[in-house]
Amino acid sequence: MNKVYKNALEAIEGITDNQTIMFGGFGLCGIPENTISELVKSKIKGLVCISNNCGVDDFGLGLLLKTKQIRKMIASYVGENGEFERQFLSGELEVELVPQGTLAERIRAAGAGIPAFYVPAGYGTEIGIGKESRNFNGKMHLMENALEADFAIIKAWKGDTHGNLIYKNTALNFNSLMAMAGKITIAEVEEIVPAGELDPNYIHTPGIFVQRIFQGVNYEKRIEKLTLSAS
Amino acid sequence: MALDKNQIAKRIALELKDGDYVNLGIGIPTLVANYIPQGIHVILHSENGMLGMGPFPTKENVDPDLINAGKQTITSLPGSSFFDSATSFAMIRGGHIDITVLGAFEVSEKGDMASWKVPGKIVKGMGGAMDLVASAKNIIVAMQHANKGQSKLLKKCSLPLTGINCVKRIVTDLAVIDITEHGFKLMERAPGITVDQIVAATEANLIIEGDIPEINI
Repeated sequence: MNKVYKNALEAIEGITDNQTIMFGGFGLCGIPENTISELVKSKIKGLVCISNNCGVDDFGLGLLLKTKQIRKMIASYVGENGEFERQFLSGELEVELVPQGTLAERIRAAGAGIPAFYVPAGYGTEIGIGKESRNFNGKMHLMENALEADFAIIKAWKGDTHGNLIYKNTALNFNSLMAMAGKITIAEVEEIVPAGELDPNYIHTPGIFVQRIFQGVNYEKRIEKLTLSAS
Repeated sequence: MALDKNQIAKRIALELKDGDYVNLGIGIPTLVANYIPQGIHVILHSENGMLGMGPFPTKENVDPDLINAGKQTITSLPGSSFFDSATSFAMIRGGHIDITVLGAFEVSEKGDMASWKVPGKIVKGMGGAMDLVASAKNIIVAMQHANKGQSKLLKKCSLPLTGINCVKRIVTDLAVIDITEHGFKLMERAPGITVDQIVAATEANLIIEGDIPEINI
């Protein structure tokens, strides 16, 4: 068993045009910076991307937008991105907006082998149009389908050679869920250690969900909205 | 006089009970955290995956791996916890969050609300708002009573809905209004604002019973 890859270039082997790819992160927090940069260089196009947001104009998934490598975006919130707006309004980019909790659960469900489930979010709104609905305990729910991907590309803080992962603070967000939902999951980490060094009691993502892991370099960790206390 | 944003936040803070788990949306709701009454200890939930959200950091304490749902840098407090997005929304959907405060463009007398989309304008997405309003036990809306002279409290929302039959209470610059099975009920009025002024500023009908006290802030 060897899950350890040298870098992002090696790790993206097999990603081709028109595939569906999940990207971990919330805003710019906990995004797989190295792999995104490598995909920009790869010129792979026609991608269907699943991510809570779509980066900003010149960072994160915004980089793949700029080069028009994304055909369709599935996300919950896509504000603060001028190029996204332009491509969406001109019809170049297809967009599916999904309530955030439903998005998270659809990803989790795919990883957990649950093809569909019911949630109340969006019932009675335009999100519910065309969806099966059902009353449970006097409350209406919508049926939502699992959301899987050819590749899940995620970012963790530390990982080991078995693919066990630990995330830091709110950089956890969608990463651990997407790890479960990719046919192939690529994890980039800030530090990779030999199996046995991470305390098994504190693993967020067990290595079974991770097929490829590499230690990233030069993390910028850009802050989208630096907000300081008045004092 | 009509309440300003901070006074709306201060009034909403009076709704908090000791031990509540609270989700505050972006805008006026965020300000509620500045007015939590003395002796009341609440735990703030941020739907990107955190309980126990603290104040904004000092320059020295900024951590790019620690942000809130508005993508702002934030701090954690003793007793904080981090979790994935599915767990975060399990807290919401499962009814574990006690109070949710959010903004809205419109609220109807049935408790429907619209907050995420204005047709013809840029659509940014609903984020977690639809999940929150579909499941939170107690939803309080913080908003201005009117927008450019147009009442935001309506018989029926005109904009695309975020959720139906979900809002319990609205705090505006003019009044505190509950949503009952018979429609909007006026509970409190801003200091110096008359009942007639509130009625005139409200498109929907208002149920008015007895003397309406002034908001005490």
